[in-house]
Amino acid sequence: MNISLLLLIYLVGAIATFASGKNNARTVAIVISFIGAIFWLVFYGQIQSATVLTESYTWIDSLNIKLSFLVDGLSYNMLGLCALLLPIILLTTNQQQFKNAHILYSLVLFMTFAMCGTFMAIDGFLYYIFWELALIPIFFIGLLWGNDEFRIRKKTMITFFIYTFAGSLFMLIAFVYLYAKVGSFNWNVLKSAALSVREANWIYLAFFLAYAIKIPVFPFHTWQANTYEKSPAIGTMLLSGIMLKMGLYSILRWQLPLTQGVEKSIVNTIVVLCIIGVIYASLIALRQNHIKRLLAYSSMAHVGLIAAGAYTNSFDGTQGAIIQMLAHGFVVVGLFYIAEIIHSRYQTYLISEMGGIRQQATKFSSFFLILVFASVGLPGTFSFIGEFTLLYSLYDMNIWYAIFGGTTIILGAYYMLKMFQHSMLGNVNENTFTDINTKEFVLLTVLVVVIIGLGFYPNPVYKIISLTPIL
Amino acid sequence: MDTTLLSIAILFPLLGFLINTFFGKNLSKTVVGIISSSTVALAFIITLSQFIALQNGADPTKHVWFDWIRVKDFTVDFAFYYDQLSILWLLFVTGIGSLIHIYSTSYMKEDTNFHKFFSYLNLFIFFMMILVTGSNLLVMFIGWEGVGLCSYLLIGFWYQNQDYNDAAKKAFIMNRVGDLGFLIGAFVLLHLFGTLDFIELREHTEYASLGASLSLLSIATLGLFIGATGKSAQLPLFTWLPDAMAGPTPVSALIHAATMVTAGIFLITRMNFIFDLTPSIQNLIAVIGALTALVAASIALVQNDIKKVLAYSTVSQLGLMFLALGLGAYEIAVFHVITHAFFKACLFLGSGSVIHAINGEQDMRHMGGLKNTMKITYITFLVSSLAISGIPPLSGFFSKDEILLSAFHENKVLWIIASFASILTAFYMFRLVFLTFFNKFRGTKEQENHLQESPTPMTLPLIVLAFLAAVGGLISFPGSSWLNSFLAPVITKNALSHPHQLGTTEYILMVLAVVGALVGIGYAYTKYIKNKHVPVNDNNIPGIQKLLVEKYYIDSIYQFLIVQPLNYLGNFFKKNVEVLISSMVSGFGFVANELSYQAKKSQNGNIGLYLFVFVIGVSAILYYLFIAN
Repeated sequence: MNISLLLLIYLVGAIATFASGKNNARTVAIVISFIGAIFWLVFYGQIQSATVLTESYTWIDSLNIKLSFLVDGLSYNMLGLCALLLPIILLTTNQQQFKNAHILYSLVLFMTFAMCGTFMAIDGFLYYIFWELALIPIFFIGLLWGNDEFRIRKKTMITFFIYTFAGSLFMLIAFVYLYAKVGSFNWNVLKSAALSVREANWIYLAFFLAYAIKIPVFPFHTWQANTYEKSPAIGTMLLSGIMLKMGLYSILRWQLPLTQGVEKSIVNTIVVLCIIGVIYASLIALRQNHIKRLLAYSSMAHVGLIAAGAYTNSFDGTQGAIIQMLAHGFVVVGLFYIAEIIHSRYQTYLISEMGGIRQQATKFSSFFLILVFASVGLPGTFSFIGEFTLLYSLYDMNIWYAIFGGTTIILGAYYMLKMFQHSMLGNVNENTFTDINTKEFVLLTVLVVVIIGLGFYPNPVYKIISLTPIL
Repeated sequence: MDTTLLSIAILFPLLGFLINTFFGKNLSKTVVGIISSSTVALAFIITLSQFIALQNGADPTKHVWFDWIRVKDFTVDFAFYYDQLSILWLLFVTGIGSLIHIYSTSYMKEDTNFHKFFSYLNLFIFFMMILVTGSNLLVMFIGWEGVGLCSYLLIGFWYQNQDYNDAAKKAFIMNRVGDLGFLIGAFVLLHLFGTLDFIELREHTEYASLGASLSLLSIATLGLFIGATGKSAQLPLFTWLPDAMAGPTPVSALIHAATMVTAGIFLITRMNFIFDLTPSIQNLIAVIGALTALVAASIALVQNDIKKVLAYSTVSQLGLMFLALGLGAYEIAVFHVITHAFFKACLFLGSGSVIHAINGEQDMRHMGGLKNTMKITYITFLVSSLAISGIPPLSGFFSKDEILLSAFHENKVLWIIASFASILTAFYMFRLVFLTFFNKFRGTKEQENHLQESPTPMTLPLIVLAFLAAVGGLISFPGSSWLNSFLAPVITKNALSHPHQLGTTEYILMVLAVVGALVGIGYAYTKYIKNKHVPVNDNNIPGIQKLLVEKYYIDSIYQFLIVQPLNYLGNFFKKNVEVLISSMVSGFGFVANELSYQAKKSQNGNIGLYLFVFVIGVSAILYYLFIAN
């Protein structure tokens, strides 16, 4: 069995979902997502023995472009993030929640197809196509099913689309330039291209621009909070849980290996930029009243640290980045789900309109609190392992990077606990808040079990990571 | 050592936590109380058996559960280390923990969230046990932050009150400042030695020639010390502890007096072999400790909230322990940790008994005369107050005196500061005793009619703790110290290797210390018994006292220097910088738009023209790529 079948599952699934009609679409999509997750799990054993799975099919012979896929530890982790989060994200929605549900769910599966393709493609051209393909569904998801007036969210989504698309063009230029040099888009060939320092610098920066916008890294982030706010919960979860990791993954897979000769000073500058973003985003998060915007900035702070670690181009930085991408994915999806549960009860995202919920909904409150502490990287949660490893990689580069990057553990606690306090604690709210139902309970339990389970026993993830040759 | 038994001991409180969390709601309060208390008591019994084994010559054991975190060339084990230090700490954590659990079954009886309280308390004990038994800095860090989590949950236990929630949040955030120091310290050690395991670190520092890395090592010890100042409430990170009194009183006794706040001392004692290598940091620790002792004691002089007096007193006593650590007298610090745990837990529980009796009142100005109605509380409180004041032959006398003696030998200035702080201690403790238990009751008639001694589950722990506070000094009797020889294997430069003799100077110093304490008590007696003075309203206080009431304005300074600038900066970023950046982005968009508007004119549907332009473009790119280069 080939792992590229996973792509087929999502692609065929997208079509099937579309065809199944408005009423069955959600069920079909969920079934497909479970098939995807099981398919991924089946490969756990196989990848242990094979180390790296590769496949290649002819495609555009004249240009020496192939349908080549490579799945090593890094890719397998990212695919896992997709395959495991998708069922959870889909299950957070409700039947009857969306108009034209068949289009929406089909777009979600198509997006998953494109994201998985991005994580597997080892031919630059193919990778680029997947990369851009993933953007289109999320654009429509936000545009058509988002929050707020159509006119306003249209503006937000178009800004998001053009901004990220424009960034990607720089990556395309880099690829074309490299292609012109070596006559192939194959990763191995591109990697061995002999680049002068100057060339390496420029290509490095071109890649950086594309990824910095996607991740986002300060100061290329201004699309993010608006997009998260306007997108429907399912879109926000897909964006923050999985899609932004495309940028982080690409740093590790493409940018760093293809530009080995880049000057140290550029690397340093970028790491510093990422760390500035961590502090900058944390301080803005402190001043947010809109829970989704707060989570957007907190997410930016977290991925800023991941990016900083990834850009150190060290063993620990890479390993920490991989771990934290997974951890962040589970935690942030959980937190956005929390925001959505509150919204479903109180019809508001404004923290000032919440408060006094804990007494009415103790189960919900416990889950919220666990996720808050997972987000601030309490030891015993998976995020701690990621954060620790990332900060250590920064320390190895320069102690001040670790100190400034490490302020995230203080500031993070500040804005998250503040958010929890004002949304959940205090005198009982006059409006009744029904505690979570069985479905919500099960989904949150799954997330929490993963986060805490891997926090104490991360071995299964290490086993996968160790299969990454670039480490 | 029986590692299986000890693992069970650690897991017991976790089990209690799980049962109470998931089923506590449906269980009766009695059952919840029994489950919760007995899990801790069982842990205590197991610890006791292993303590005896260790005392009889069993070897310290490291017990690896599984691989945990991997960094490039090595793995951090999820492992526990059972040696003299960790077993000793376990013993008093679970011992005092059991007593406080029993006490709480009565104290918290009326609370609707009874089961939640006990599940948090159990979770706390679990994390505290991990903290002291972790075999490396990172496993210790799980406990370290875990107890911080429980502290957060328990300070904000009555979460309807946002002031309490503020206090809980403040405690957690201030601790996190320290935690960053802890992590940086861990990074340096990891970088230098490639391990965080205590046993391996000790071997490395013994045999490796450190040379150039000594300055890096100072960064490590400084970082760990900053971590310790957070958890153990030392200058400049101590202001969270008095606020933490918002939590239920048993919590103050257990977490914020006897156990969690001693974690910083545990950390430094555990790492003594590394701190010994960085004398400059040791000096810093001694100075910070002495200053904290004095600053906190002086603030305690003017507090009217009974728990606040005890909280500042705790900060002050912890300061003395840090002074001992800084002087390299680790055993003495541990000695004081233990005696302090006895008398301070007793004092807090005693204050809880008083608060319980007068229906939640904490202001000493509304107390008085309670010695007649609350005999057991009064006597146990008095014993503990005498102990903390350093009156022989109670435990506090021995442990405090040893600290003062070491200070005298090392640095006279520190000795003077610490001695002065001790005199203040005697004064404010007896100010508290006299205001609370003597003269006439100053509360309402309603309260006065209901005054009565607390029930047995509350008084029994008081009696046990008061007894221990009285005789606890025996574990390190001058001249033949059981504690020093017990801890000798753990501490590299231990007391046995350089014993100091008790000479005339030492005896004179002891007498001086006792006289000082008596002066403090005497002054309190004149002021509050003879002259029947009752503190006035905070607002009318003049001069230097105002400075003390305002706690040297430290919180205001933090507010002004840190919190406000952060919020201001956050607002500035949110309102100005974000707008600036997005308008720059739109600026690019606008330019592109203009260009496209111009270009639109050329888009007249003539496909031939499009193709022509396209070909020219591609040719230009290809030319640039292949020929121009």
